[in-house]
Amino acid sequence: MSDALKQTVQDAFDEPGCATNRAKSASERKKGCSKPLTPGAAAGGCAFDGAKITLQPIVDVAHLVHAPLACEGNAWDNRGSASSGSMIYKTGFTTDLSELDIVMGHGEKKLYRAIREIVEKHDPPAVFVYATCVTSLIGDDIEAVCKAATEAFGTPAIPVNVPGYAGSKNLGCKLGGEMMFRHVIGTVEPSHTTDYDINIMGDYNLSGELWQVKPLLDRLGIRILGSLSADARYKQVAMMHRAKVTMLVCSHALLNVARKLEETYGIPFFEGSFYGISDTSDSLRKICAMLIERGADPELMDRCEALIAGEEAKVWEQLATLRPKVEGRRVLLYTGGHKSWSVVSALQELGMDVVGTSVRKATDNDKARVVEVMGTEAHMFENMAPKEMYKTLKESGADILMSGARSQFVALKARTPWVDVNQEKHEPYAGYMGMVDLVRAIDRSINNPMWADVRRPAPWDEPRPFAGHRPRIQDRCPVSGLANDPTDFEDC
Amino acid sequence: MARLTRPRRALSTNPLKSSAPLGAAMAYLGLEKAVPLFHGAQGCTAFAMVHLVRHFKEAIPLQTTAMNEVSTILGGADQIEEALANLKKANPKLIGIASTALTETRGEDVPGELRDILVRRGKDLGDLKVVYASTPDFEGAMEDGWAKAVTAIIDTLVPEVDPLHRDADLRQVNILPANYLTPAEVEEILRMVRAFGLKPIVLPDLTSSLDGHLAEDWAGHSLGGTRIDDIPAMAKSAVTFAIGESMAGAAHLLAERGHMPMQIFPSLTGLQAVDNFVSALMNVAGASDAPPAIKRDRARLQDAMLDAHFQIGGLKYAIAADPDLAYALMTALAGLGAEAVCAVTTSAANPIVDLMPCEEVILGDLGDLEEGAREAGATILISHAHGRHAAAALHLPLVRAGFPINDRLGAQDICRTGYRGTRAFLFEVANAVLSHPHERHPEDFGAAPIDPEFEHDRPQTAPH
Repeated sequence: MSDALKQTVQDAFDEPGCATNRAKSASERKKGCSKPLTPGAAAGGCAFDGAKITLQPIVDVAHLVHAPLACEGNAWDNRGSASSGSMIYKTGFTTDLSELDIVMGHGEKKLYRAIREIVEKHDPPAVFVYATCVTSLIGDDIEAVCKAATEAFGTPAIPVNVPGYAGSKNLGCKLGGEMMFRHVIGTVEPSHTTDYDINIMGDYNLSGELWQVKPLLDRLGIRILGSLSADARYKQVAMMHRAKVTMLVCSHALLNVARKLEETYGIPFFEGSFYGISDTSDSLRKICAMLIERGADPELMDRCEALIAGEEAKVWEQLATLRPKVEGRRVLLYTGGHKSWSVVSALQELGMDVVGTSVRKATDNDKARVVEVMGTEAHMFENMAPKEMYKTLKESGADILMSGARSQFVALKARTPWVDVNQEKHEPYAGYMGMVDLVRAIDRSINNPMWADVRRPAPWDEPRPFAGHRPRIQDRCPVSGLANDPTDFEDC
Repeated sequence: MARLTRPRRALSTNPLKSSAPLGAAMAYLGLEKAVPLFHGAQGCTAFAMVHLVRHFKEAIPLQTTAMNEVSTILGGADQIEEALANLKKANPKLIGIASTALTETRGEDVPGELRDILVRRGKDLGDLKVVYASTPDFEGAMEDGWAKAVTAIIDTLVPEVDPLHRDADLRQVNILPANYLTPAEVEEILRMVRAFGLKPIVLPDLTSSLDGHLAEDWAGHSLGGTRIDDIPAMAKSAVTFAIGESMAGAAHLLAERGHMPMQIFPSLTGLQAVDNFVSALMNVAGASDAPPAIKRDRARLQDAMLDAHFQIGGLKYAIAADPDLAYALMTALAGLGAEAVCAVTTSAANPIVDLMPCEEVILGDLGDLEEGAREAGATILISHAHGRHAAAALHLPLVRAGFPINDRLGAQDICRTGYRGTRAFLFEVANAVLSHPHERHPEDFGAAPIDPEFEHDRPQTAPH
């Protein structure tokens, strides 16, 4: 790891904006906030993966991965961030380094040529160049190449120097954001600004979740000026420094960028969530309050309250019709900590019984809230191996597991319904309308008649009366010529 | 559960059903060295033959008595006699006659005439078997014609056994497949029967005649099928299994002739349906366990159900098919939580219609399918190849099922029966859903479009 990168990583670990980080001693802080990865027992993505997750939703940018094939070839086209415009972000660009390129040190030249080919063919507003383990190891200076390419072709080439071995996915998210702060934010000025301009950070518009919330903002006259990186255009990242308020959506990962925006440009930020009814309302109130503080008309709050009252009444009315279908069913939650909490309280409002929840990635604050909502800490658990989870599912008598895709098959193999609530999900569950969609998804899963069918014993597992011996016959399948003796049966 | 409604109107738009004689012809083609013969005008046969040829991509030896105006008025017995004499030259073992609307409207007594002809020409015809089924075009659909032909074959060729001296073969099983089962599906059924050490006789057997194989020689008759000698032997079987409710009549007759138990399986698609069949096979075989191949197939189907329920659960689909086929596919999909928002079928003769898992079944056409699917917001259509027009109009994926499938190859290889076939069917439907991904747009949620100021100022050439 180069010294510059090392310093960047160290800086990322020192986050005054993060409560967890502040609570640590200086030496603990130096170790970083992600636990060291254990060989043989590690799961999850690398730092490059994290940077890509954070930045790829910028839809009009060409994302070029400087690496041998695996980094892009094995990973592209598998995320559900939606775009309302350009589709170039979904195109997989890589330098696909060969053995010869690596041995002969052709990497930098190939990268330069690749950037030129992208600019000539697609003419994007910017090219993001991602460093990876191999290209860092052989010492390709992507920053120098990007600088030269930017000067030569007139299209910004932005180095994202976050190789996989720098650390975990979470760290990669942070560093990806850091790269935007260093190279992009503040480079373009908007033609006009209003007192209702905000940044939304840490949302990736998965399956269109941003659009479930955007109509609410539209009705309040609030404009999403900057976005990192839900349905974002390059210019929206470059103009972020001119917004009035930043909302950080369920994420500690981009805290560094939000804090630096505050320090450098005086844009205050808050952490909020659009998952669940109460959190959505709280977030809207908070946005409005902060905008008013920064000069917006105070009547904004009245309109906000009216909107919330109307929307909440509407969503509870819709949920009431679904209540009989999910009432009394038992839910086991396995997801990353705090973001699900307002969902949990909504599920409980619907008469569902939350039998357990994971508290991995959760802060002490979150844990306290778990105890508050559930009344006991007996059903909190940390990270769980798949085998244990299988056992817990069977023992807790849960009717449904809500988790990320990685535990999908644990649930299915335990013949238990499952709803995806993590980033790979195919349905948007944000805002008020998203909550209704989520409960519909639970209903559809939990009440699918298929479950009774797959749990039923096979014909050969059912007791049957002895039907008497039959004579053995000698007969052959006319197609394959195989004997149709059950003791000797093969497919024919 | 379902209520059958008959739209009150004169016009049929985009017909769904194929006629009964066509079904009878297909049944006769499942017999060894057989020639189906339509008793009607030349055109009746030509249309049916082209239909069969385009579906199976095979030469179909469908023949006609070529009724003309004079013979239609004076009676067609001579035409039949001449046709039999001519067809004898191709050296068939059986000629299967199906009447058409023309001769039925005139009201010919074909069985009576046929008796006379066989007596008069007995020497010339030798051991040629002649079967006659009354299948007017104006009554029922393809599956009814098929069932009537099978009933006629049994009636003509299976002798009644003496119950006191019944010499049953305890491992021999009669299988009467309904019309909708493809050669691949019948083969899958036979595979399951053989897996339990049982010996099946299937009537009619398309697996060796219309499975699509290159024959050594040109033949003016069917290329395979149930051996004619096996048909009388069916009386000795331990049990008769009918697949499809439309085969109930034929199964009853066969069971009476052989004094054996019989069981009707309305469907062999879906876990429960196949379990029932396997259970029955185990009873006949006296087995308490199943071969590993069958167990593996079941476990794989269970896994497929888990994988496919994400797409099929809550799916709104519209289906148009003959009753037995519609019932089989609908129950399988209902088992995964899909909802038939529009169901159209062809024949009121089949009581299975009442059990279809939906509220209303329309006795109608593809026009009803298109309208119903549009009104109810179906997201996928299931019908035969002609359903493509409705699918194109509604911009929906079409899962092709039924007859004809003349715009795709390999209709005979489609298998949606048994554990393996059900698995394939669930994947097929799920993939059809996935192949039409719903790209979400801001306006779907009522969100305003993005400020044009943010857009890149130069036009881009995104590769897709």
